[in-house]
Amino acid sequence: MRSRSSTIRTHRAVTTLAALLAGALALSACGGSDDDKKTGGGASSSAGEKGSGVTLPKLDGASLEVAAVWTGGEQKNFKQVLAEFAQRTGAEVTFVPAQDPIINFLGSKIAGGRPPDVALLPQPGAIKQAVDKKWAKPLGPQARAELAENYTQGWQDIGKVDGTQYGAYYKAANKSLIWYNAKAFENAGATEPTTWQELLTTARAVYDSGVTPFSVGGADGWTLTDWFENVYLSQAGPEKYDRLARHEIKWTDPSVKEALTTLAQIWGEKDYVAGGASGALQTEFPASVTQTFTGGDQPKAAMVYEGDFAQVNIGETKAKVGTDAKVFPFPAVGSAAPVVSGGDAAVVLKDSEAAQALVTFLASPDAATIQAKLGGYLSPNKNVPNSAYPNEVQRTIAKALIASGDDFRFDMSDQAPQAFGGTPGKGEWKALQDFLQNPTDVAGAQARLEKDAAAAYGNGG
Amino acid sequence: MASATAAGGPPPPAAPRSRKSVTGTRRTVAALFLLPALVLLGALVVYPIGYSLVRSFGNASGDGFAGFDNYRALFDDDGIRTALKNNIIWVVFAPTVSTALGLVFAVLTERVRWGTAFKLVVFMPMAISMLAAGIIFRLVYDQDPDKGVANAVWVGVHDTFAQSSAFPKAHPGRESPLRADGGGFITSAAVRAGTPVTLPLVGVAPDQLPGDARPARAAQPEPGKVTGTTWQDFTRGKGVGTPGAPDPSELGYAGMRIEAVRDGTVVAATKAAADGTFTLPAAADGARLRLPADNFKAPYNGVDWLGPALVTPAVIGSYVWMWAGFAMVLIAAGLAGVPRELLEAARVDGAGEWQVFRRITVPLLAPVLAVVTVTLMINVLKVFDLVFIIAPGSSQDDANVLALELYRKGFAEDRPGIASAIAVFLLLLVIPVMWFNIRRLRREGRR
Repeated sequence: MRSRSSTIRTHRAVTTLAALLAGALALSACGGSDDDKKTGGGASSSAGEKGSGVTLPKLDGASLEVAAVWTGGEQKNFKQVLAEFAQRTGAEVTFVPAQDPIINFLGSKIAGGRPPDVALLPQPGAIKQAVDKKWAKPLGPQARAELAENYTQGWQDIGKVDGTQYGAYYKAANKSLIWYNAKAFENAGATEPTTWQELLTTARAVYDSGVTPFSVGGADGWTLTDWFENVYLSQAGPEKYDRLARHEIKWTDPSVKEALTTLAQIWGEKDYVAGGASGALQTEFPASVTQTFTGGDQPKAAMVYEGDFAQVNIGETKAKVGTDAKVFPFPAVGSAAPVVSGGDAAVVLKDSEAAQALVTFLASPDAATIQAKLGGYLSPNKNVPNSAYPNEVQRTIAKALIASGDDFRFDMSDQAPQAFGGTPGKGEWKALQDFLQNPTDVAGAQARLEKDAAAAYGNGG
Repeated sequence: MASATAAGGPPPPAAPRSRKSVTGTRRTVAALFLLPALVLLGALVVYPIGYSLVRSFGNASGDGFAGFDNYRALFDDDGIRTALKNNIIWVVFAPTVSTALGLVFAVLTERVRWGTAFKLVVFMPMAISMLAAGIIFRLVYDQDPDKGVANAVWVGVHDTFAQSSAFPKAHPGRESPLRADGGGFITSAAVRAGTPVTLPLVGVAPDQLPGDARPARAAQPEPGKVTGTTWQDFTRGKGVGTPGAPDPSELGYAGMRIEAVRDGTVVAATKAAADGTFTLPAAADGARLRLPADNFKAPYNGVDWLGPALVTPAVIGSYVWMWAGFAMVLIAAGLAGVPRELLEAARVDGAGEWQVFRRITVPLLAPVLAVVTVTLMINVLKVFDLVFIIAPGSSQDDANVLALELYRKGFAEDRPGIASAIAVFLLLLVIPVMWFNIRRLRREGRR
């Protein structure tokens, strides 16, 4: 997760245009709210697509601090949402930029006696950690009501710890997408696959046309864990996925063997991965995306797997998302196509009326719609109108996410202890990098995964 | 360098303190004057060391006693063992190579006219932060010869002697009459004179074919000769088209080498024309046609500098680039103090330049060389930034050093107990080197 956000962050400069747009929208939004005040005033003001806004208390004089790791355009857009909240309630809201891992950042803030009122935590594991350390406060009735109205059970449950609702998922990521170079597909006469077999056929056609089918950012281990998770979720099913995430089944399980063998059909095929295995292992995620969308008729690869955030990197090339760079959902390996997702949840750290009101607002379609319009954002809120997203690709991704209902699963490596699922050169990252280097050694990869998992899940050290 | 000054700092005050009664200063006044320094030292140096020591015996959350578990983990954990091994490689090679290069530079620059300018250039990398140097070398070692200068040079030299081929990724399509044979491809059946042969392959994009390639054409049968076509059996945007027969826009494999093989020996060979057609003499009748492996040799990709095997030497190389200048300047200063007449006398006595260097210069410089090496050793033990930045995630584990493992354990894996144990262990490693340095400086002070 960490490297994911940092790679996105570094390329924020590109979205200056989006930021300017954000400014313009903000002005109009402010104007609207002012009118509201003059005419009706009152504690609750209504806004939003359908005019059925969320009810918020009057909070004049209250001040709030919100911490999140977002920077650049993402941060600017989120500030628009906070400004809207301030307009409606009269509370003063300050954004506190945090560093990854945010849980360590919050730890030092809490030790210093000044925790932010609300924090946006990127993993279910982080919410659990915050609850275990007694930092997080349960959500109040209004926030829970808002969640119940706008979120599927699955998205509510993932914000719960031991049955109590602590987090409200404000932002989501869809990590089951394959981006492809439309030109390379056209040259090869290839079509968007919906099953793994079709994906292999497509890859073959692309390879026969003289273009390497896949680009893999293997220098960043998390791209490899995401590959594995999609295959495993689709092939072994959600139930086994959950058990493996909790390490209730071992990595030496036959289901893992099957998933790795399936992966090897792509990773292990000669010339299927750009630069070969050792080249891929030195390609970082941003480069793996840009090399797929540069080079005209001869890109380094035709397809690159990753989540919706790959758009930011595509934005660095001349390719246009939607015409030059297209996307299809990760094909079904087993019976159903996988939806692996991620997201940021709002958690209250200092209980107050204002903090609860802010989380209530963030759980409402009003807040999500504002940021959806600004782009680069995906909401798990099912009541956000699909038309709020600025382009066709965003709408497709959002639709796929909402359509998966409760069948989505959170990124497995994000749920694992950091030593196993989130450290460069260690644990799952390293084991899968070794597997990419030597895809015939399925048993060896499994043994290594199990050894590291046992160590990481077993003790704290 | 910081450690050098730190090591050089303490001894001078030590001398006056031992003679305080002579100057008549009262203890209280002395203590008063020392207080600010002691408070600072205590808060910034002694307390952190002490707390790390305490923490290294604590468990992960810091509220319980873990005994020696953390220290045991030092020797059980694979990551830490690799780090330890790499640290040894670093300590052995980085300071010695830097010092040796520095010595060579110092001695040579003494003799050239533009010595100072040369020294300036060699010293320049010291002005760059480790982080910036790391980013520079990450690029230098990039695998792609278009980006990484190291591989650009390497590939350039290699390709001067061994050319790569035109069709590296060509391979038989579906239902092809060809099968793989030792890196090349061979027909499954024997060919007959008078019956045109087709050798279709796929996997080469039209704009990557040799410039003189023309649209492929079916070969005409010629009595007494084996004729055929070899071409890219893939139409852009359409797929294979008619398999096994050239479609209008499909290009021939101009320059593809074809061999006729009978019983393992080559009986005839030729090259395909611009339109992919070829003709073999009657000797090829009944043989099998082979497209030998050198048609398909992949372009040379250069050395895998940042791969698991070479990453540590590569990072050490960047360290030497930075610190050879430092060694050179110190050694040059020492060299200036070497009495000229000794060198002159040796030369008059008939010693060659190598002998003068080996028997006079180096022994006289030995103290300086020792100080430089030891200083660099301390510096190398705590190396972190270069490794952290240059090694890509996939080989960070192979390039691991103790300071990096400390960071990873402490901040990425949230296991502060083990991290503290590594810190204490590093301190123990530095102490003997430190002690050596201080003792030398003391001895020098007495001289």
